[in-house]
Amino acid sequence: MMDKFMLSRRQLLKSSVAGAALGLGASALPFGQAFAQTPITVGFIYVGPKDDYGYNQAHAEGAAVIKKLPGVTVVEEENVPETVDVQKTMESMINLDGASLLFPTSFGYFDPHMLAVAAKYPKVQFRHCGGLWNKDKNPMNTGSYFGYIGMGQYLNGVAAGHATKSKKLGFVAAKPIPQVLLNINSFLLGAQSVDPSITVQVIFTGEWSLAVKEAEATNALVDQGADVITCHVDSPKVVVQTAAGRGAFVCGYHANQSALAPDKYLTGAEWNWGKVYTDFVNDTIADKPLGNFVRGGLPDGFVKMSPLGPGVPEAGKKQFEATLAQINKGGFAIIKGPMKDNTGKVVVPDGKTFPEDAIDLESMNYLLAGVVGSTS
Amino acid sequence: MADTTPEALQGVVIVAPISTSWLELLARRSEAVVIPFGAFIVGMAIFSLFLLFLGKSPIDLVNLMVKGGFGNWFSIQNSLQRAAPLLLTALCVALPARLGLVVIGGEGAVVLGGVAAAAAAVPLLGAPYVVVIGAMAIAGMAAGGLWIGIVGALRHYRAVNETISSLLMAYIAIALMNHFVEGPLRDPASLNKPSTYPIGKDYMIGNIPGMDVHWGLVAGIVACIVSWVLIEKTAFGFAARIAGGNVRAAQIQGLAVGKLIVGFTALAGAFAGLAGMIEVGAVQGSANASLAAGYGYTGILVAFLARHNPLAIIPVAILLGGIDASGGLIQRRMDLPDATVLVLQGLLFIVILFSETLYGRFKLFNPDLWLRNRQ
Repeated sequence: MMDKFMLSRRQLLKSSVAGAALGLGASALPFGQAFAQTPITVGFIYVGPKDDYGYNQAHAEGAAVIKKLPGVTVVEEENVPETVDVQKTMESMINLDGASLLFPTSFGYFDPHMLAVAAKYPKVQFRHCGGLWNKDKNPMNTGSYFGYIGMGQYLNGVAAGHATKSKKLGFVAAKPIPQVLLNINSFLLGAQSVDPSITVQVIFTGEWSLAVKEAEATNALVDQGADVITCHVDSPKVVVQTAAGRGAFVCGYHANQSALAPDKYLTGAEWNWGKVYTDFVNDTIADKPLGNFVRGGLPDGFVKMSPLGPGVPEAGKKQFEATLAQINKGGFAIIKGPMKDNTGKVVVPDGKTFPEDAIDLESMNYLLAGVVGSTS
Repeated sequence: MADTTPEALQGVVIVAPISTSWLELLARRSEAVVIPFGAFIVGMAIFSLFLLFLGKSPIDLVNLMVKGGFGNWFSIQNSLQRAAPLLLTALCVALPARLGLVVIGGEGAVVLGGVAAAAAAVPLLGAPYVVVIGAMAIAGMAAGGLWIGIVGALRHYRAVNETISSLLMAYIAIALMNHFVEGPLRDPASLNKPSTYPIGKDYMIGNIPGMDVHWGLVAGIVACIVSWVLIEKTAFGFAARIAGGNVRAAQIQGLAVGKLIVGFTALAGAFAGLAGMIEVGAVQGSANASLAAGYGYTGILVAFLARHNPLAIIPVAILLGGIDASGGLIQRRMDLPDATVLVLQGLLFIVILFSETLYGRFKLFNPDLWLRNRQ
């Protein structure tokens, strides 16, 4: 679950705790110098269950990393709707638990909920997952963090491109919003880097979490000949299980779903929030100002890939590793002109290149040629 | 439809008491309080067993529920705030129930009320506050009223089961909301969370002075009182209770049952639509998928626990708001899953439904019996 970078960080922390404990024993003082850092309470709020094999679990795994840090207390609440409920949960964590750093993790928590509570509690720090923070509009005790996971879906596409026999891939998507469209297009481009004749069929379910429709969509895609399925919904569990049950390969999203289909799971694009949360908490303990607009991708450790499964052939492993190495070098761009959408319109003109952090990608409203489906 | 609901009959008795002695009156009236309260205690006791099996302390749970729900000013406001939408959505169940109809699709009226309110507000931005808020309220209530009114009309004129149709129409309503919010009414700036244009800070419904609770609470309480007066003190309400008791009898009496059903369901839907409008006006600031937060469904629980008495809805909604408010604390402090509170709510619901069979079985509450014995 942890990458090398994380391990070394934890090792470091462990040794510093050991050092502190030694110092404490030697001086026999109740509060040694090394413990001068004040204990902090960090609150995490999830919109769904924290064991959903998806979006919420990815955050809960990040919270679990924080829990192990010395002097840090974590309070968590799951299934909190994007209503006044989340405002009251935040206030309850501040008033009743003494939380001084809050991570409301659902996209819909930001406006108006987190902003309303942040205005009331200027001394508490709020960091929201989603990248909505705006320097001119939002106060400094708020901020946002997000990861560029499109490259992860590109790598999913590379693995899928090598595993597919029918040259047809399937994508179960929640809503036709920019983030989701970028993931679909990235998955397609990754697969087409293996074989340009590969197509991706997409089905939008219309909801972030709607198990019945996700299962129907997965079955429909397999019925139409897709033999590798991936998705962008809050909990990929149903998609992964349904696809694997039908004999198709799957690529994961949000968290590692390999336990659900060990033979059929190729790889997956996962969040690595543990790193992001550790940074925020360490800055808080060190009394440094917290970042307000924090972003990163695979090279920064914000995103990681699940280990490759047995379904990826040797050639696929090679290309996967080579592409990952290239991405980790930085500056790797997949959206390069000229590109047409699937209606034939030029959407990226010749000579234009958008790296993963390009602002233009955040208003993506097209599906590239090779994707079967429509945004409306 | 011709089901004789016990509370409807009992209501008739209360309005025309046989005796006026205060002791007898107290005995008769206390039945409606003691039985649900006793059922509540039994439900909590069963839930405590549940916790003991999980190795958790029921005493901790009760302490946390009191602390998180009502223990201090913050918790009280938290509970009241959560109760506000439930008051209105519970009416959406309770009013048709007096006519013998089980309408469980209030969620649909909530989301459509919210969308209609946002749609009405956007072209009027710039107009005086009262105009915008008034237009939002009218639009929200009209949309909700139309939606549940259709359920009533289908019931009366086409004999479509109202429970099924209202539930299915709630799904249609959510699909319609998604269509409007992601299509014709979408604010293009709302990229990754499709929403309507915001109504803006100046047009938001504020808080009750001195409290961190918005005016929706007052609207809900007023709606409950108005509904109670309507049912218990007007000829219209009396006619509805007759029709709820026995449709044939009501028709023989010449009551316009169809109009009663459509009128009551439309009014019920209007209240749920108002809840949606308040959600947009006081909390969300625009209509989006967050409107479908389950208020319509929790309202069913509130209405049944209140035995469809609009006045009883007020304390029950606040109690459930408190349970809801303490749910977070229970998750955080006792390390129990979120479903814990749902299990508790479900248990209470079932026990209180069972307790319905106890009415009229205790001598204590029936002065006729003990008075006769004394003679």
